[in-house]
Amino acid sequence: MKARVHVMLKDGVLDPQGEAVKHALHGMGFDAVGGVRQGKVIELDLAEGTSEADVTEMCEKLLANTVIESYRVELL
Amino acid sequence: MKAAVIVFPGSNCDRDLAEGFRKAGLDVQMVWHKDTALPEGIDIVGIPGGFSFGDYLRCGAIAANSPICHEVKAHAERGGYVLGICNGFQVLTETKILPGALLRNANLKYICRTVGLSVAESQSVFTRGYEAGETIRIPIAHHDGNYTADATTLDMLEGEGRVAFRYTDNPNGADRDIAGILSANRRVLGMMPHPERACEPAQGNEDGARLFAHLTDVLAEA
Repeated sequence: MKARVHVMLKDGVLDPQGEAVKHALHGMGFDAVGGVRQGKVIELDLAEGTSEADVTEMCEKLLANTVIESYRVELL
Repeated sequence: MKAAVIVFPGSNCDRDLAEGFRKAGLDVQMVWHKDTALPEGIDIVGIPGGFSFGDYLRCGAIAANSPICHEVKAHAERGGYVLGICNGFQVLTETKILPGALLRNANLKYICRTVGLSVAESQSVFTRGYEAGETIRIPIAHHDGNYTADATTLDMLEGEGRVAFRYTDNPNGADRDIAGILSANRRVLGMMPHPERACEPAQGNEDGARLFAHLTDVLAEA
């Protein structure tokens, strides 16, 4: 089985990379872009039967820094 | 007085930090990240700058979960002294020994230059060699030095006199110009600037030496 973990900076935490991407898109003429937030996606190959709680623990302990980041777990 | 300097794959300021400790009269042992215990009788642990584990995932995140960091955390919880510089500061926030986090610099640039620091707090073993309010010059070299924490934490740090250093001209977007902070018991200091790079005439600047200079007297009193 696999899990996909989405990690994003929390709302309100400045995302300078997202801002830079937004400025680049505006420079290219994509005026519809109101905001950009950049995060990361982590795919895990897991032993069958691994629980969502186990993946959540991985997120809390390593994959996300919950001071600045939020995460979402997707079991595939 | 004994110091341990932790070495991770990718640490690159470990020898400079060891030299800073030695010049201040401490015996220094280098400790590999896979070690599961600190050497006997360590008074202070130094976590050096560099790019531990290539800064993969987040700066300091993988180092913070290495075997030796469990021991460093236990050392801090026992009231031991810890000095984390640059990547070492990032490791200290990732281990939750110190609050907050270090984000990418607001201008997205890696910044390597000497900056002005205002000494915000002189009441600690690390900062007693400075006058509160004094401005010193210390080099910075980082891409992720933008200190952030929620407003409650920032108010607490300021209220308890735990902001050790502030930038006089904020280079990286850090909340409230914070360059370095102390633990509640004032025995752990994390800071982005590199005092170990300003310790002798050959480095062109000795403002950092005073940070190390008082370690031995205070540790002797303990």
